[in-house]
Amino acid sequence: MSAVPLNREPGAGIDAAGGQGAADEGAIAAGARGRARRRRVLVWAARAATLVIVIGGWQLLTSVKIVDPFFWGQPSGIVRQLNDWVRHGTTYGSLWLQIWITFKEAVLGFIFGVAAGVVAGVLLGMFRFLAEVASPYIKVANAIPRIVLGALFTVALGLGTPSKVALAAVLVFFVVFFNAFQGVREVDRNLLANARVLGASRLAIIRHVVLPSALTWIIASLHVAFGMAIIGAIVGEFLGAQKGLGLVIANAQNNFNPNGVFAAMFIIAVLALTAEGLIALLERRLLSWRPRSQTEVAPV
Amino acid sequence: MTKRFLTPSGTAFTALRDVDLTVEPGQFCAVVGPTGCGKSTTLTMVAGLDRPSAGTVRVGGHPIDGIASGTSFMFQTDALLPWKTVIANVALGPIFHGTPKKTAYADAREWLRVVGLAGFENHHPHQLSGGMRKRVSLAAALINEPSILLMDEPFGALDVQTKAIMSNELLSLWDQTRPSVIFVTHDLEEAIALADRVVVMTAGPGTVKAVYDIDLPRPRGAVQEIRFEPRFLELHHQIWAALREEVERAYARTAPPSGSAGPEGGPS
Repeated sequence: MSAVPLNREPGAGIDAAGGQGAADEGAIAAGARGRARRRRVLVWAARAATLVIVIGGWQLLTSVKIVDPFFWGQPSGIVRQLNDWVRHGTTYGSLWLQIWITFKEAVLGFIFGVAAGVVAGVLLGMFRFLAEVASPYIKVANAIPRIVLGALFTVALGLGTPSKVALAAVLVFFVVFFNAFQGVREVDRNLLANARVLGASRLAIIRHVVLPSALTWIIASLHVAFGMAIIGAIVGEFLGAQKGLGLVIANAQNNFNPNGVFAAMFIIAVLALTAEGLIALLERRLLSWRPRSQTEVAPV
Repeated sequence: MTKRFLTPSGTAFTALRDVDLTVEPGQFCAVVGPTGCGKSTTLTMVAGLDRPSAGTVRVGGHPIDGIASGTSFMFQTDALLPWKTVIANVALGPIFHGTPKKTAYADAREWLRVVGLAGFENHHPHQLSGGMRKRVSLAAALINEPSILLMDEPFGALDVQTKAIMSNELLSLWDQTRPSVIFVTHDLEEAIALADRVVVMTAGPGTVKAVYDIDLPRPRGAVQEIRFEPRFLELHHQIWAALREEVERAYARTAPPSGSAGPEGGPS
């Protein structure tokens, strides 16, 4: 298994393995680093190959008309579409404006949804009476396909930003709420008892014990929640809007332009990945106290 | 004092019955008993975390209602907040009582020095060994200058050597500050080596079976060595006789019913 032979002298006894000196330690470490590097290169090569096969295969199949590009689009067509949007703008104004509108709606919905979800989750998690009263209603609300609420919001709040923010916030709320609630319920009883004996008030317990403990759960939910916020914004625009990427997609659909749909999809993916990166950064910062997981320490 | 619990099936379960226990100010009292006899339940009620179903707990003559101030509790498992540094954990008590952060941290630094952890202030609990975490818990418990210190098998999870070292340190710290201590343990040797008084509890429903005053002189020196003193062995022999009966009764209750091939399954 090991690429670096241990040079053990025959019959040297057990302590021979430990008595090899610093030079060999360095060689072992260098060997391990080399193996790790080769592995990384291999993984990236395989990833690149996957991309080439999927995109190339798509391009090839549509070029020879085994798959009809009129319905399924074509990678070269998608690039041309993106290029066209960047240069000449979309039907509803510049591409950057559409991205900004959708991004703004998603972020606002995300902020409102997370805030409401955390507050409601902590309250219901802390006060059992409230939780018992609210639980059937929450179950009912959760059972409703919430996308349908988008229709209601478009009627009530109009074609502008508020209706999209409301839909995104509702989608985000439930994801964050259930995690915050569970996180508060899972707080170690010992930690609570200890804080109480030390003289903590209810507010101090929430601030020093409950919130930090539930934060692991809440942050885990944020990854899913931002995806939900983008879905809310796009679907909201689909249902009725004057600007935004959802409207661009709806328009491409109506014009039988699959390349337009894919191009907008690509932009949304980039948007979501950027947000995901930011959340991962936040996570690392807020949860820096956690011990490193096993996988981060590579065995040599 | 009696404690009953409602079981999930709806019947009342008596965990403690008529426990009558007095600890003098500044006394070190150890409580031993078989598993499940309600030792820990007693402690939670003295701390005010729970109320007795009948009877009262009095501290300094006053019945307690809710969390008693001047009481500190050391739990069997770690009760340190993993997201706070060592010093922030120790400073929690004063901060909860409204002490300004700066003063609280200065106090905490001093207590960490006392328990031998100077230089570890900014570590997180998971970076410390089990024994070091116990020291942090001890500092966090003592920083409130408690008049009563409740300990629920605090060194139960430690290895034998670390346990001996921690016991010695606990004794010397107790000697300096002299709180009343109720120390729950299942280790009779530990109980005799540390305490002024050993209380033996019966198998559930728990009640006080016997109280022994330990007349070993103080300061006692190393707990590893005192267990070879003739007087220690004599006391151990005497108390173990009382404790063994209860341990056997508790064991018989959890062991498979007679008829199976259990060790006590033979005809009597």
